[in-house]
Parts: sequence; structure tokens; C-alpha cells
Amino acid sequence: MKFATTILLAALLVAAGVVLRPLIATEIQTTERRSGYTFMGPETKAMQDDDTANPGMLGALDGEALWNRKAGAAGKACADCHGDARASMKGVAARYPAYDKPLGRPVNLEQRVNLCRARHQEADPFPYEKHDLLALTAFVAEQSRGMPIAPDASPELQPFVAKGRDFFMHRQGQLNLGCTNCHDDNWDKHLAGSPVTQAHPTGYPIYRLEWQSLGSLQRRLRNCINGMRAQNFDFGAPELVELELYLMSRARGMPMETPAVRP
Amino acid sequence: MAAALINVPKKAKNGDVIEIKTLMSHIMETGYRHTASGEVVPRDIITSFTCRFDGEEIFRADLFPATAANPFISFFTVASKSGKFDFEWIGDNGFSETASASITVE
Amino acid sequence: MQRRDVPTRRKFLRLAGSTAAIGAFPMLISVREVEATPEMMTTAIRALTGGATVQTGKVKLDIPPLVENGNSVPMTVTVTSPMTSTDYVKSIHVFNEKNPQPNLGNFYLKPSAGRAQVATRVRLADSQKIVAIAKLSDGSLWSVTAEVVVTLAACTEEVI
Repeated sequence: MKFATTILLAALLVAAGVVLRPLIATEIQTTERRSGYTFMGPETKAMQDDDTANPGMLGALDGEALWNRKAGAAGKACADCHGDARASMKGVAARYPAYDKPLGRPVNLEQRVNLCRARHQEADPFPYEKHDLLALTAFVAEQSRGMPIAPDASPELQPFVAKGRDFFMHRQGQLNLGCTNCHDDNWDKHLAGSPVTQAHPTGYPIYRLEWQSLGSLQRRLRNCINGMRAQNFDFGAPELVELELYLMSRARGMPMETPAVRP
Repeated sequence: MAAALINVPKKAKNGDVIEIKTLMSHIMETGYRHTASGEVVPRDIITSFTCRFDGEEIFRADLFPATAANPFISFFTVASKSGKFDFEWIGDNGFSETASASITVE
Repeated sequence: MQRRDVPTRRKFLRLAGSTAAIGAFPMLISVREVEATPEMMTTAIRALTGGATVQTGKVKLDIPPLVENGNSVPMTVTVTSPMTSTDYVKSIHVFNEKNPQPNLGNFYLKPSAGRAQVATRVRLADSQKIVAIAKLSDGSLWSVTAEVVVTLAACTEEVI
């Protein structure tokens, strides 16, 4: 009798959603979404808010110089085709990763830059995570600052979004953790003194205090995957691009903050 | 690629106390880090920052390995006449960078 | 035999603890714990003051009590002073006790500063005391002390 009552009570509690956190991972409600900015202390927020105190802006300045610099066998600068970035690049980063028809799969902003270099400038690709590529993507993404994240909703991207979502949801690695376990279910709690954020890529490339430099979303994802003690991927791997695509879809509507500052 | 970001108000009234903010791109390698093979990564920092107004020093700072990468320094000065601020950063391995900004004081 | 095991186990745990701290930095570059002591700070302060009396007051140190990342800690030092040609702050010196080096910065002002306030960002290796000392134009020395707690970033970066 007592046993049955306990079961009944438990069932009622679960049904009422009174259980502190969902038993299965669920996505964050749109109204509950918060940028990583909101988890920072006031001093770090102030660093991001002031363009002359934000070290990420130094990268964006370098990126502007690169935008105007002629490159490759074709001797063209980005500006020669795209003109003034402030006009032509407005909103671009907010809808990346985007579908590339010739490749038949999504590419992120870094890969788009390198595809342009190869296809139109006849130039060597910028190596991942080196200053040039970080600076240029920071400059381009800065032109989307304040605009809502709006990845392309076209049907050909959906299978890739689904793959990214699967990765985010499934448990993996030595700790048997899925991204969702921390970032959907336990955000605002703390891990070793740092707040767990909701993992929205609102400000990439970011100036991360931990890195003391600009860094890309893929660098951050590789850090996370290492932290989970799971099998990692190389920069530019399709799995990472799919994850980026899913994260941007998950953050749809949130304003871009590039170049953001994060601890 | 060294780049500096300077924030000096373009205009000020005579007697206003204005804030000057500076940000210089520099790794500020402490000299206390080691590679995986155990070698010291040699120190490479900015050691000194000076601001002059119309050639005269108005502010100076000694920087150390403890200064964070991409050094940010802000300080104040009284706006007394129109003129030019010159900023200079000097450091290890012959590092030397300058920047300037003008102000109109009415 | 049993007695000798105990200190070894403790030593191992201490090493393991410091390895966890070292793991917070990219594995390609590791930080060896450098001997830094509060005595180094006292010596550095004495070198500045020459043993003269340092009074507490006039100086304010704005530094977050709980730091998000020790790599970049915003710090503002303000000294109450009329900043006239006869009564001004000549210099501000900031010290710490646990970094490999005791200095965080020295700042030299003129009366034309108008306000004796300097802001910068510093590296703090550990939770520790910070001391700021101001030298005034009349030769007097004033100081303030602050305690800062420094935590490390949670998900560490390792080069494979």
C-alpha cells in the first residue's frame, strides 16, 4: 500500500514537472535564453561594452587592414569585390554557417573566407586559428553586431542541423556527458567556480581572457570536447561545422556581439 | 601586427578633466612560461608607456610581466589648450610603437 | 615502512593538486610554480619607501573581490588629492604578494592630471593581497590593501 502510494506520488510529481530538472534533456525555452554576456561580472561586461577597452577590437582593426589588402595571384583585395564591408557584410556573419552549393554542405565563416581566397583571389588559405583569419572574421562578424542571429532556414541545411543537434544531445567520452547535460539542464550552476552558460555563440570570434587572444568558435568547441574527455575533431571538420550550425540555430534571434569578451 | 586603440575626446572645454584610454596590441610574454620540453619561453613585454602633450610628458607608466596581454591603460588630464597627444610604448626586443591624437579645447 | 608511505602519499596529492592547476594552461606551455613570497613584496615596498612611514588612507583600490580569470584583472587606483602645483600625487605604485614578481605597475603623474586615477589590467597568479602606495608632492606616503580571490577557468585547453 505504502509502495503504491510512493509510486503514485512520484508519478504525479513527474507529471507536474515539479522535479527540479527534467529527467530527459530538454531545450531551453526561447524566453529563457541568455547570452554568455549575462553570466559575466560587471568588469568583464564593461570591457566588452567599451570599444577602446575591448582587446577584440584590436583584432577587428587588423581585419579591416586585411580586408583592403590585395592578395593572391589575382591581386585582389576583399574590398575589390565586396566594397565597403560596413555595407556589404552587414548581416552576413549572423547567417553563418551557410550552405555552399559546390561543396554540397554547410561552411562556416572561416571556411567561406578561405573558399573566396581560393576561388576568387587565387590565394593560399589562411591557416585556422592564426591571427590573419581570426582578425578578418572578427572584422566581418563585427558588421553584424547588434543584428539577430539568423542562420539560413533552407531545407538543404536541415539534415546538417539535425546532425549537429544529435551531437549536442548524445552522451559521449570518458565522462559520459552530452553538451546538453550542462548547457540545457544545468546552466547558471557552477563548474569549478565558473558559471555554466547556455552555450550560445553570440560573439565569435571572442577575446577570451583565458586565451589572452582572439579565438574562434571551433577553438572553444574543441576546448569543451577536451573537457568532456571525448573524441575531438580537427579544425574545419564537418562535425564541428554541423555543431556550429546547430548552435546558431538554437540561438536564432539573439543579437550578435562580435567581438565579445569572455572569461 | 601592432595596433593601438586610443580614446581621447575630440573636443573639451578649458579646465575639463578628461579621461584618456589606450589599448596596445602586445602578447606581454611573462618569461615564466615553459614549453612542453621544459624550455623557458623568453620574456617579451612592453616595459614603459609615456604620454606627452605638445612634447611635454604628462603621464608615464612602468609595465611588468604582471601587466595583462594587450595592455590597457587609462588616466586623466586637464584640458587647457588645443594640441596633440603623443603616445609611446617601449619594450623588450626593441619594441617601439607610437600613436597620436589631437584635441580642440575651447 | 608504513610510516614512510604517509608523507609520500601527501606529496603525491600535493603534486596532483598542482598538476590540476597547471592543466588550466595550454599543455604546449606549462607554468612551473615560481617561488613568490609575501617577503618579496615587503622588500619591494621597502625599496620604494626607504623605510619611511606609510600611512593608510587617501588611496582607493578598485579591484573585483572575486576575479573571473587571473589572466586579466581590471584594476583602478584613485588617490584623493586636489592635484594643484603645490599639492599633487607624484606617483602610484602597486604591489602583490604571490605573483613571481612583486610589482603590478608604477604610474607617474603631473599636477596637470587633474585627477589622480589610473586604470589598467593585471595578471594575478593566485588569491592574494594587493597593496597600492601613493607618493605625494610633500614626500608623504599613503597606502591601501585589498584582498582578491582568483579562480581558474573550468574547461581546460589541451593540445593533442
